[in-house]
Amino acid sequence: MKKNMNKNYFEVLRSGINSTFQDNGRNNFYHIGIPFSGAMDNRNFLLANTISNNKINNPVLEFAYQGPKLKYIGENISINVTGDVNFKIIRKNKNLEFSCYENIVLEYNDCLDILSTNRSVYGYLSIGGTFDVDYYLNSCSTNTKAKIGANSGEKLEKGQIIKLKNIKKILPKNKIEYLNSKIENIRIIKGPHFDYFSKDAIDSFFSNEFNVTKLSDRMGIRLKGPKINNIKNTNIKSEGLVKGVIQITADGDPIIMLSDHGTIGGYPKIGVVISADYDKLVQIPPGSKIKFKEINLKDAETIFKLYEMETQNLISNIK
Amino acid sequence: MIKNISNLGDAALYCDFGTEVNKEINRNVINYFNNLRDSNFLGITNITPSYNKLVISFDLKITSFAKLKKQVENLELKKKNNSKNNLIKIPVCCTEEFALDIKRLQKLLKINEAKIYETFFSKNYYCYMTGFIAGMPFLGDMDKSLFAKRLETPRVKVPKNSIGITEQFCNIYTFESPGGWNIIGKTPVDIFDNKKNTEPNLINPGDTISFYPISKLEYEKKYE
Repeated sequence: MKKNMNKNYFEVLRSGINSTFQDNGRNNFYHIGIPFSGAMDNRNFLLANTISNNKINNPVLEFAYQGPKLKYIGENISINVTGDVNFKIIRKNKNLEFSCYENIVLEYNDCLDILSTNRSVYGYLSIGGTFDVDYYLNSCSTNTKAKIGANSGEKLEKGQIIKLKNIKKILPKNKIEYLNSKIENIRIIKGPHFDYFSKDAIDSFFSNEFNVTKLSDRMGIRLKGPKINNIKNTNIKSEGLVKGVIQITADGDPIIMLSDHGTIGGYPKIGVVISADYDKLVQIPPGSKIKFKEINLKDAETIFKLYEMETQNLISNIK
Repeated sequence: MIKNISNLGDAALYCDFGTEVNKEINRNVINYFNNLRDSNFLGITNITPSYNKLVISFDLKITSFAKLKKQVENLELKKKNNSKNNLIKIPVCCTEEFALDIKRLQKLLKINEAKIYETFFSKNYYCYMTGFIAGMPFLGDMDKSLFAKRLETPRVKVPKNSIGITEQFCNIYTFESPGGWNIIGKTPVDIFDNKKNTEPNLINPGDTISFYPISKLEYEKKYE
């Protein structure tokens, strides 16, 4: 029985800086120029759906820096927020404080105000139920460049309505004890154009810190630091990219490709961030410093296995 | 054939088919691409063909570089030619308001406008790859007399559906986007249709494209 369908909804009172619906991402369309997209921080996405007892690929609302302010209309519903996020619920003019990583109940007329992500970038809102959003090419992930996915490929806008469906009965707390650790050392594997750079340039690349600039978003992180001098060619014939690739521009600055990256690129690739460090990389806010460390493929694979085990441990220790 | 397979990070294969840009090498890349699409190798998440490389990304939870590399090396190429690949005709309106760089090109190439268009429209173009932005085709090769450098300062916004040329290539801007190619006209046809849920892109790697000129009146009619 689908009773009360679409009678539950959020009204967007404030959109936040970059609030989009995301899921696991869109596979197998790089060849026509459509990037993977999906939740930037995969672990926090996974934890959000796990706490909600949802399927792991259920849509979530991702926000960056400042999140949205949402008024809830409908029957009582369990929600949770993941990430390092400061938020409150305004109920009958009272401010109620809650923690991340546990289910809390939203009541009719409550206002969920997601104020900020703390010294991080992305956070997630999941509900015990489903955001009623459009799918495109097997994913609801919003890609604002190709204008595809949920919300007609656009960010949330003030005044719009978010319909909800399949609302579940109130869920147990399902608390997860998790602290988002910060990292400054990003581990990378040598890229195919490593030898385009002089020994001095490589030394400089690994021994110096780089600043994460404001020109960073879901497409990529632009870094500023010492110029990385190219001794072969500052352009290559355009070729496929993957998330985590570090290209060195003609100006000698590194750019790290993130989930919404252009599918092909023509700058030399000095390295690729290991899969296990990706979730932490995307959470590094502008103004921070990062440093690169080279490791080999075998170690990267081992570290990834450990990272996966850690995620599974978190999930199995749900209370 | 693939000359070398190396790893691109811990979750992708980087298949090198050579360093030159030509149809022969690219057909090889696309042949592998088509055969891999039909393969049932576990864990592949994306396959990206380009001029002379093929990047295969995979889910590290499901497979690994060593395992997938072996599978790709032993891949039996069943499809020999790209039977799917079509000839697609694209109308282009070259009125002054759309041909943003035609004056610059006349000076740069020392050929008059009529001759530029005559040369451009007389050839068929091969699609080496699509991407960068959704659906954007990279087409070649241009006649040598039309080889032109990129704009020194790229435009912040190239209008959607603009036709651009640079060096041996031409392309179609499927979305409004920053870009530095020389713009010579605009098509009323949407090359990437984000309303279509299957095959949203009109042009695929390996396809052949011919352009034909239309008047402003025809352009407006096609837009309706």
